[in-house]
Amino acid sequence: MLDQADGYVTADGRKIGSVVMEMRNITLRFGGVEAIKDISFDIREGEIRAIIGPNGAGKSSMLNVISGFYVPQDGEVWYKGALRPPMKPYQVARQGIARTFQNIALFEGMSVLDNVMTGRLTHMKRGLWQQAVWRGPAEAEETANREVAERIIDFLEIQAIRKTPVARLPYGLKKRVELARALAAEPSLLLLDEPMAGMNVEEKEDMSRFILDVNDEFGTTIALIEHDMGVVMDLSDRVVVMDYGKKIGDGTPDEVRNNQDVIDAYLGVSHD
Amino acid sequence: MNTRSEGVNGLLSVPALLHRNAKIFPTAPAYREKEFGIWQTWTWPETLEEIEALALGFVDLGVQEGDFVAIIGRNRPHLYWAMVSAQMVGAIPVPLYQDAVAEEMSYVLNHCGARFVVVGDQEQVDKVIEIQDRLPEFEQMLYLDARGLRKYDHARLHQYSHVQDAGRAKRDELLPEITSRQAKLDYDSTCVMLYTSGTTGKPKGVVLSNRNVIETSKSSSEFDDLRQTDSILAYLPMAWVGDFIFSVGQAMWTGFCTNCPESADTMHTDLREIGPTYYFAPPRVFETQLTTVMIRMEDAGRFKKWLFDTFMAHARRVGPDILDGRPVSQWDRFKYNIGELMIYGPLKNTLGFSKIRVGYTAGEAIGPEIFDFFRSLGINLKQLYGQTEATVFITAQPDGEVRSDTVGVSCPGVELRIAENGEVFYRSPGVFVEYYKNPESTAGTKDAEGWVATGDAGFIEEGSGHLRIIDRAKDVGQMADGSLFAPKYVENKLKFFPNILEVVVFGNDRSECTAFINIDLTAVGNWAERNNIGYASYQELARHPQVMDMIQSHVEEVNASVAQDEMLSGCQVSRFVVLHKELDADDGELTRTRKVRRRIIEEKFADIIAALYDGSSSVSTVTEVTYEDGRKGSIAATLEVRSAEVFPVSQQIAAQ
Repeated sequence: MLDQADGYVTADGRKIGSVVMEMRNITLRFGGVEAIKDISFDIREGEIRAIIGPNGAGKSSMLNVISGFYVPQDGEVWYKGALRPPMKPYQVARQGIARTFQNIALFEGMSVLDNVMTGRLTHMKRGLWQQAVWRGPAEAEETANREVAERIIDFLEIQAIRKTPVARLPYGLKKRVELARALAAEPSLLLLDEPMAGMNVEEKEDMSRFILDVNDEFGTTIALIEHDMGVVMDLSDRVVVMDYGKKIGDGTPDEVRNNQDVIDAYLGVSHD
Repeated sequence: MNTRSEGVNGLLSVPALLHRNAKIFPTAPAYREKEFGIWQTWTWPETLEEIEALALGFVDLGVQEGDFVAIIGRNRPHLYWAMVSAQMVGAIPVPLYQDAVAEEMSYVLNHCGARFVVVGDQEQVDKVIEIQDRLPEFEQMLYLDARGLRKYDHARLHQYSHVQDAGRAKRDELLPEITSRQAKLDYDSTCVMLYTSGTTGKPKGVVLSNRNVIETSKSSSEFDDLRQTDSILAYLPMAWVGDFIFSVGQAMWTGFCTNCPESADTMHTDLREIGPTYYFAPPRVFETQLTTVMIRMEDAGRFKKWLFDTFMAHARRVGPDILDGRPVSQWDRFKYNIGELMIYGPLKNTLGFSKIRVGYTAGEAIGPEIFDFFRSLGINLKQLYGQTEATVFITAQPDGEVRSDTVGVSCPGVELRIAENGEVFYRSPGVFVEYYKNPESTAGTKDAEGWVATGDAGFIEEGSGHLRIIDRAKDVGQMADGSLFAPKYVENKLKFFPNILEVVVFGNDRSECTAFINIDLTAVGNWAERNNIGYASYQELARHPQVMDMIQSHVEEVNASVAQDEMLSGCQVSRFVVLHKELDADDGELTRTRKVRRRIIEEKFADIIAALYDGSSSVSTVTEVTYEDGRKGSIAATLEVRSAEVFPVSQQIAAQ
């Protein structure tokens, strides 16, 4: 079912489209260390794709390859049907890829609203001078962008902290603000690096709901890394499992759950 | 129309008032809601269009005359409109408490047999779906916020705006139907049905007629000189009668603007942005605000703190007199004006009270310090006394006659009578029609001549004519030695301490009084922080020895003051515990309006009460708690029982 070129239908009836991003035989080395060994997989339009694996499996490296931060030594990254050349992070952002970070990378001194507005930067075309004078087109542009930002603030239910400096917020809310900023870019591919790390059960439930709602409401394609197996299995449509830099499983949560290699990797089998 | 002797200018229903407003206030704002960071405004004609569109949609969906339409959600213009739309098509709106769990909702929805339900968002949709199998009469549900609902089965589910659109599309076809249904509404047809929160037993559906609502709105608006230019913030539960009268009744009558906050969490920001001229809050809200101000002043610099203390002391001395227009010396007046510039003005602005002309508090007794604090700032805060059965207003304080210990004089059109046992009775045009499907209770509350028992004991003060409420009549009892037992009187005195959130006093038929106490986590938590006392939870803080000492000193202070009162001196609290959990409506210990349910608490914590009376120094207990999502858990704790000093009553001894 998964091999159909024009997508598939999920158990809950969502239609998943064609391939948005394809990784072909990616290998990434740091000096003598091979962080990623010859991995291939794809991400399809509208799906929630998870990358899981034990500590040090190479998940974050993989995400950094997708986001263009690392350039693999071997292999090709195909995005929207074209081979992607090595590029700077801002070029990747302009291509419609947004991300959140494992260790939260917000502007601590700025308000939540300003942080979310920075997510709109790639959509602002006016120059520095016009932005500074803030007349005519620059004003209209900011109003339009503010509207998008406000819709996302409303969507993620962070109205009450709109004007609060990020530094004053608790961890769980910062995570949500970071998601808001990534969403403000209206990405075609959203990368989430451990969105639930360090959260309590209630915060995890909230975050899961938001991720599902984002996918449902905006049709955003989401690739996420997560430790919490329960969360991953509930959220994602397809899962890539990595261990020691290698791909050991790929498929629906049920397929992955029953994969012997995956079970071994998680329960622990001596590696030769 | 003029041949009818009733109604005001032939306006016999809320929809009729709406039509009038759309005609005479064509550009005035009727409802505002903050959404996407901006205040969205609807003028009266726009409001009429929205309400009419939904009414047309209702007819299209098959809403019949006499149907009940339940409304569940936070305060939003669309939900207020849904109530008026329901009235327009001859149906009866029934607003429900949105934080009620599915179980409680199921009782009310079944009792009225609601065919249609209008809800705010997914949370409420889920609750109704959970219980729909037990609701034989339920047919269709409308929701406002579509988020998360895309994948739901839409066989019985409709988006609010889609129903409106369907209505608009069939306007020509269906409008005559609505016009004819509306013409049938008269002064005695049902306007709304509101369920009382029920301190005892199941909630009762109070049926209010157009006469009740319009007459009350008219006389109360005149009493306080409410005008079309006024504005209010609608943030109290929609199921509460007060909110219905303020945000629908009075708003429709005077044409003032109702503002809805962005979300429950942004209420204080929104309050500041709107700066309402007419404001209502239960004492709890004022308490919280005062606590917040005081906590923040503790953190202020020394000069600012001095400035605040100096001017507040001055305000306490002369502020209320200036507000009531009593003579104040030129110098004091001048000093007060400086204070207004430096402290009172900015403080009122921060609190969102800059423009208030009329402010009310009711529902519970308010601490004199809290009351005086707000009045000394120049905020015209008054008290009123009312209940659902009276369409709110029984008594209210006129400007210039405001005191913290009375609830005012009878409202225009209200007659008062005190029965021999001290219970307060009233009769007014606002007196409810009946309890729905409950003639027994109706007869028990309202007699043939229209007098209604309030269930409260009180007396009319000689001289001023103000009513003073002592306690719930059924809670007033006797101690073993025959002296009067009025728990509320003592509880209120204790609750006036910022550190104490809730108190339940026991002592009926007993030789001495004892109490359960809940600490206020904000105030005590702040105190703990200041004194470097670490704590992980409410439970841990509540049993800290220093906290116990502090509460004990409060109890003893109250005992000393209760001892002054000859009649109630028996009510001094001799032993108490600080409870290991906060009393909560989800556990059934409080009503949704946060009133204590004594009988349930007595049953639930019988083991602790036993320990209070058997002289033991501690008690171990396990208590079941309900989480927000309806799951249950339990907490175990060992509570320390403290004894407090009880003071002798000099008069009594002298009399013997």
